[in-house]
Amino acid sequence: MSVDTATVAKIAALARIKVSEAELAAMVPELNGILAWVEQLAEVDVAGVEPMTAVIPNELRLRADEVTDGGVRDAVLANAPAAEHGFFGVPKVIE
Amino acid sequence: MMPESSDSLTELGVAAIRDGVASGEFSAVEVAEAFNANVAAAGALNAFIVTTPEKALEAAAATDARRAKGEALGKMGGVPIGMKDLFATKGVQTTAASHILEGFAPEYESTVSQKLWDAGAGMLGKLNMDQFAMGSSNETSYFGNVISPWRRGDGGNAALAPGGSSGGSSSAVSARLCPAATGTDTGGSIRQPAAFTGISGIKPTYGRCSRWGIVAFASSLDQAGPMARDVRDCAIMLGAMAGFDPKDATSLDLPVPDWEAALSGDLKGKKVGIPREYRMDGMDADVAASWDQGIAWLKDAGAEIVDISLPHTKYALPAYYIIAPAEASSNLARYDGVRYGLRNLPDGANLQDMYAATRAAGFGAEVKRRILIGTYVLSAGFYDAYYTQAQKVRTLISQDFKNAFTLCDVILAPTAPTAAFGLGEKSDDPLAMYLNDVFAVPASLAGLPAMSVPAGLNREGLPLGLQIVGKPFDEQGVLNAGLAIEARAGFSAKPEQWW
Repeated sequence: MSVDTATVAKIAALARIKVSEAELAAMVPELNGILAWVEQLAEVDVAGVEPMTAVIPNELRLRADEVTDGGVRDAVLANAPAAEHGFFGVPKVIE
Repeated sequence: MMPESSDSLTELGVAAIRDGVASGEFSAVEVAEAFNANVAAAGALNAFIVTTPEKALEAAAATDARRAKGEALGKMGGVPIGMKDLFATKGVQTTAASHILEGFAPEYESTVSQKLWDAGAGMLGKLNMDQFAMGSSNETSYFGNVISPWRRGDGGNAALAPGGSSGGSSSAVSARLCPAATGTDTGGSIRQPAAFTGISGIKPTYGRCSRWGIVAFASSLDQAGPMARDVRDCAIMLGAMAGFDPKDATSLDLPVPDWEAALSGDLKGKKVGIPREYRMDGMDADVAASWDQGIAWLKDAGAEIVDISLPHTKYALPAYYIIAPAEASSNLARYDGVRYGLRNLPDGANLQDMYAATRAAGFGAEVKRRILIGTYVLSAGFYDAYYTQAQKVRTLISQDFKNAFTLCDVILAPTAPTAAFGLGEKSDDPLAMYLNDVFAVPASLAGLPAMSVPAGLNREGLPLGLQIVGKPFDEQGVLNAGLAIEARAGFSAKPEQWW
């Protein structure tokens, strides 16, 4: 499978990364080079093979359903680029 | 006893500093001052993004005060270290060498760094690296390339790559800016830079070291580990870094063995597997010779050498370059210009525009490339063909190792296909760069402990590393085989100071 400019533009939009026309043009052959190379995986016989989920067998743990954290609003907001009045600030999202 | 000169203090490793501080041969403050001075004088290597001499001195003074009161000093008592900039350090800028996190000062400390401070270590600074740990040459950092202290013996002054992604760590340890440093390894990022710079480094079993507070790249692969000048120092520092952490869902709830106490280079009764698929056509002659030498050394240490097969080896890299970008595209979705880090808000931009502009401005080219690949392979219609297929191949690769370990205790292979290359030599060709991790990635995909130890110099006078891969949880077996090589290699070469 290979990608064209429109596909890369769509992927970039899904990934929320703005790319210029020039960047798009440069990325198409780069991504196609990488995709052509990973394509070789298709030749591996994986009949009856389960996809890996945990690389080292480990049990998922449950803990008691109780509050163990919180009350740190100022710390949570400390690195926000536009915190205001105890909230994260964002551009207006409704007209 | 006369205090040693500051020059000789910076020649000491973790064990020698710990022991010398404990016995009163020198003070922790003297050690911190000596390394602070080396860090301050090594700007040309660009190994540090931020230096924190005051933190190193503060920890050292605390260690000296504890000693004066007769208190125990901890596993890393008096040892100043470098911290890879992937570890969140409270109040100290943590960027993962990216623009998008420039100025980010965490409100919390990563579990691994906290354990090191609790063990008596002090922080010399935050080490440069490939941006978001994506790279094998340290050329993707927003804060500039790290330069290896090594140069080819041809009289030329070509700047060489320190390896990556833990390139600040490898450069700093080999240049004696710190006796040890933290690294992280997703597909070779501890082992390959260690090999390039003539130092040791171990990636433990997946889950040994908590990932909490480590900037995430590919969560099913990321593991922290120590980089230092010898095997004993790695054993000591890993002991201080490892351990169960309820804050990491994949943390192993196992006791941490005393790896240092059980170190032994006697391999009688042990079997060392040599994977035939790793001996590739056109292999670098010096790398092949150093591998043969390693086999002879381990035989001399009492081990039996057995031929093994890891039949899916050639598929490890392509599987890795689906799985790691897929996880990265998901992990890096958090950088949105809202909660922390950079915000780029063009005039009249709405929320979606702001996300896209922020991420365009904040991520470097390699990071964008991997996010796009990851987004593509996870997107509707392609998920099974790429991602599910890669995870099935990963199962087969893991099975290869399980089968091999019925025949042997550890596996010996080269760490990297070549010695260090020059900066700029591979940076225009992503695939050529990815191939650098051909020997390192399989153990990462299988979550296995693996380390690189220096084996000697190639014909250009550059270090070569040998890699030992072990069974899950058998860091001891890996360290012991590493020690057997170290004892026979007698590697004492160091870069001549030019910086």
